[in-house]
Amino acid sequence: MRVNFTVNGRPQEADDVWEGESLLYVLRERLGLPGSKNACEQGECGSCTVRLDGVPVCSCLVAAGQVEGREVVTVEGLADFAKQRSCGTGTGAGACAGHTDATPDSAPQGVSLDEAKAWAARPQDSHTGEGAQLSPVQQAFIDAGAVQCGFCTPGLLVAADEMLERNPDPTDADIREALSGNLCRCTGYEKIMDAVRLAAARQGEAV
Amino acid sequence: MDFLRPASWQEALAAKAEHPTAVPIAGGTDVMVEINFDHRRPEYLIDLGRIGDLYEWEVGEDSVRLGASVPYTQIMENLRSELPGLALASHTVASPQIRNRGGVGGNLGTASPAGDAHPALLAAGAEVEVESVRGSRRIPIDDFYTGVKRNALAADELIRAVHIKKADGPQQYSKVGTRNAMVIAVCAFGLALHPETRTVRTGIGSAAPTPVRARTAEEFLDAALDEGGFWDNGKIITPSVAKQFADLCAAACNPIDDVRGTASYRRHAVGVMARRTLTWTWESYRGARRTTEGAA
Repeated sequence: MRVNFTVNGRPQEADDVWEGESLLYVLRERLGLPGSKNACEQGECGSCTVRLDGVPVCSCLVAAGQVEGREVVTVEGLADFAKQRSCGTGTGAGACAGHTDATPDSAPQGVSLDEAKAWAARPQDSHTGEGAQLSPVQQAFIDAGAVQCGFCTPGLLVAADEMLERNPDPTDADIREALSGNLCRCTGYEKIMDAVRLAAARQGEAV
Repeated sequence: MDFLRPASWQEALAAKAEHPTAVPIAGGTDVMVEINFDHRRPEYLIDLGRIGDLYEWEVGEDSVRLGASVPYTQIMENLRSELPGLALASHTVASPQIRNRGGVGGNLGTASPAGDAHPALLAAGAEVEVESVRGSRRIPIDDFYTGVKRNALAADELIRAVHIKKADGPQQYSKVGTRNAMVIAVCAFGLALHPETRTVRTGIGSAAPTPVRARTAEEFLDAALDEGGFWDNGKIITPSVAKQFADLCAAACNPIDDVRGTASYRRHAVGVMARRTLTWTWESYRGARRTTEGAA
């Protein structure tokens, strides 16, 4: 079957989708977006976490046919998603002033598949402001050393970003609960906690 | 495999009538695991995700009509005062990602003895609204679970909603597992005080082939509370009464040894949870009484 849906702000079409296929498989194998990781395939580990109509879900447990007409944000689109959000929520021109390359009125919104496939983590040099390709939560993960083998990172980033959107000033208990569905087998949880606290603090400063 | 996407409830019923072996999928948190692991290859999947009615709830005079697909997250956030037991149970389900997708309809459809919602539904009192092209009926929750992962649904029926009695007193829910998140219950216990009828209802999960009530324990406690005038005098429950109640709850179990725990551990743990939830709810009942009396 064919599935039409929006991925990272752009309409996409997946063909020859098997009826029992998961959204995760479609993203990774048909659209070439391997950011969402395939580990447990039973919703235990959270490494395939994406936003479906804004809500964090395990993409391995969503049937491909269920996303027809819906909006998905993957880790590849997280930086763009965060940028749109900070411009859209009225934090003022200041929040968007650094992104003069983006002209939402003329350029199409979202991230194209090719851009998403070519996405790579380019940490921002805080002194020169170069290479601003990361969402604040991604930058915080790098700065706090919260990435070890990296396999759980995409799911954690999506889950953490959503929590910070909902709850800008989380307690440690809030962070633990929000990330309770994401397993890190390197057990780097303390650094992950540091990263989310850092992202929250920076978000607070920016406002 | 065919993927059916009914746009309305009527279309879904027609599809289920035409293909009785079709598997309904809503949150997918059970069905997709089985498909991913090749444990199940249904001929047809019926996607219920487009039927908005299933995602809605109505708070009525005496009960809440909870759409089959209302995610656990919504129950936790919006129905805590009306359905405290179910809200607590919902909070113990897996992880945020799973709670954002899964709902009570799927828990009932799967009818696993370990389903988190069941003890809360049994304790609160509920009816399952099911429908087919032949018509609609309501199955009392006490008659719903018929065996391990079996329920009272006919092949052409779909679960539309659950009617759950609004709490008329304190409710509690307790679950034993190795950690807080992502745990299938070793065993679970739900308890609801019903001061209006001066009764207590229980629900036990994961300690028998189906979710069950501890009826003998309930009858014992109803009689003991009545005899001692506890509902009126609001005294602390006598330790011997609490112990007897706990023992009878443990005796209501018919557990097995499996990877999650042994039968004897489950029996013991159910007794402990019964005593604790009774204490918690009774303290809360006494506290509420004092407040009302103070105000009066």
